[in-house]
Amino acid sequence: MIRAQSYWATPGGWTLLTVGQILAVVVWILISLAFLLLADRKIWAGVQLRKGPNVVGPFGLLQSFADFGKFLIKEIVVPDGADKTVFLLAPLIAFTLGFGAWAVIPLAPGWVVSNINVGVLYLFAISSLGVYGIIMGGWASNSKYPFLGSLRSAAQMVSYEVSIGFIIVTVVILAGTLNLQQIVAAQAGGFWNWNVFGGPGPIWTKLLTIVMLPMAVIFFISGLAETNRPPFDLPEAESELVAGYAVEYSSTPYLLFQIGEYANIVLICAMTSILFFGGWQAPFPTPFTASWSPTAASFFGFMWFFLKIIFFFFLVAMAKAVVPRYRYDQLMRLGWKVFLPTSLVAVVAVSAWRVFGAAA
Amino acid sequence: MALQAIAFYLLAAVTIAAGFAVVSARNPVHSVLFLIAAFFSAAGLFVLMGAEFLAMLLVVVYVGAVAVLFLFVVMMLDVDFAALRQGFARYMPLGGLVAGGLAIEMVVVSTTVATQGAARLNDQPMARGAAAAANVTNAEAIGRVLYTNYIYFFQAAGMVLLVAMIGAIVLTLRHKPHVRRQVIADQVARTPGAGLRMVSLKPGRGVGE
Repeated sequence: MIRAQSYWATPGGWTLLTVGQILAVVVWILISLAFLLLADRKIWAGVQLRKGPNVVGPFGLLQSFADFGKFLIKEIVVPDGADKTVFLLAPLIAFTLGFGAWAVIPLAPGWVVSNINVGVLYLFAISSLGVYGIIMGGWASNSKYPFLGSLRSAAQMVSYEVSIGFIIVTVVILAGTLNLQQIVAAQAGGFWNWNVFGGPGPIWTKLLTIVMLPMAVIFFISGLAETNRPPFDLPEAESELVAGYAVEYSSTPYLLFQIGEYANIVLICAMTSILFFGGWQAPFPTPFTASWSPTAASFFGFMWFFLKIIFFFFLVAMAKAVVPRYRYDQLMRLGWKVFLPTSLVAVVAVSAWRVFGAAA
Repeated sequence: MALQAIAFYLLAAVTIAAGFAVVSARNPVHSVLFLIAAFFSAAGLFVLMGAEFLAMLLVVVYVGAVAVLFLFVVMMLDVDFAALRQGFARYMPLGGLVAGGLAIEMVVVSTTVATQGAARLNDQPMARGAAAAANVTNAEAIGRVLYTNYIYFFQAAGMVLLVAMIGAIVLTLRHKPHVRRQVIADQVARTPGAGLRMVSLKPGRGVGE
């Protein structure tokens, strides 16, 4: 046992271990995505009283895998006059960024690929890079609709990043740390200790729910805008821009865009649950896990995290099904004139709370 | 530590190559993309130095926001590169002078730091010293010096940015006449009573003015 531990501490063993962890996370996300994509279509269909995909496998469960195979064997069409390198680089960037962010997401107690001290900032940095995949793809296509779509997306994502940043700042000030694992750990002991209800503390600290609950809602909505999901899917807007930045993409590059987009959506769901809804913490006190083995406790925590992600993904899918698309100027108004001032006020309020309220 | 050395030389090589490509690329959009690559590998160098907070700020601010706006503008510009390159020989001496000056300054600074250590306030350890001493995180160490020793500079920088922001708004804000603006509050406050007019029509006769 001691020899095995010392092997994992050597550079070779460490590299092997990290690569193994990365593979485990990526494979888990990819498989989850296949079924979440199906769930997305099924929920959408259910709202419209359709059946949705139901041919491939029982209840259509294997539909995503059939789609995957189809995407792979189609021909890659690179439009005439396109900037070839950038055109093919764009989906790769979108895909890589979608998965790179998962490196710092704490999946369960002790389960995280990289437990860095600036985890929140890393997440924010990676999600702010997401715009490059779209903007490069739209520009390199050398075509009008993709370019318009990418310009829209650049403006939209930059706008909503600002409010997302301020909302993250409120959580960071409340938790007092930039480390995601610590942010989650601080929310232990039942749902009333989650950040959305003002974090851990005596009963009067729950007053902060007035600030943090709207922040959680705004974060979720901004997340929809950041990932170009309906009702904010203006970069794709099939009724006006055909399919926006993705018009010229086919086959595997399109698949990469699609997977990257869904990875980002699940990431926003994961971030919502980590920052506001306790991450892998159960919604009730769990003193009984203290006697469990660490592995069992980790699986227990992972289960809750997974359930929360699925719940928020359900909300995302419902939003797609029931909300009409925003007009572009209304989108900008919502971002700059509603969300930004609200989150700025919240930053001030939470800072004041930390200085004059909770510390006292 | 071999891993660190490999990472350093890789990142440094990418930074320099990307920096060179920024000025030599024919397509301005490619220039901006190379600039982003340079920023990104510079952030990697920061991480290697143990300044992960600065690295993340570099990515968030420069790559995530500033470079997007660059890209945004450059994509929509129709730059005529033949015209831009015409004055190359004329501006070459001045450009070379500035570049040479910068290079000399950087060499002097880095050799001084390498031989004598960074300049620091005597009893107030800078961010890195504090991080090593008190085992606090990078962000906390920066916060401690930024909001104590350097609070006036910090505030002054904030004021400068505020003035720049207000200036940009004042310069670009114009109220065009004849533009109908949407007033959301008015629309929400509209009632059937204000928006509808019931007219009872007799058959065979129009509304009539």
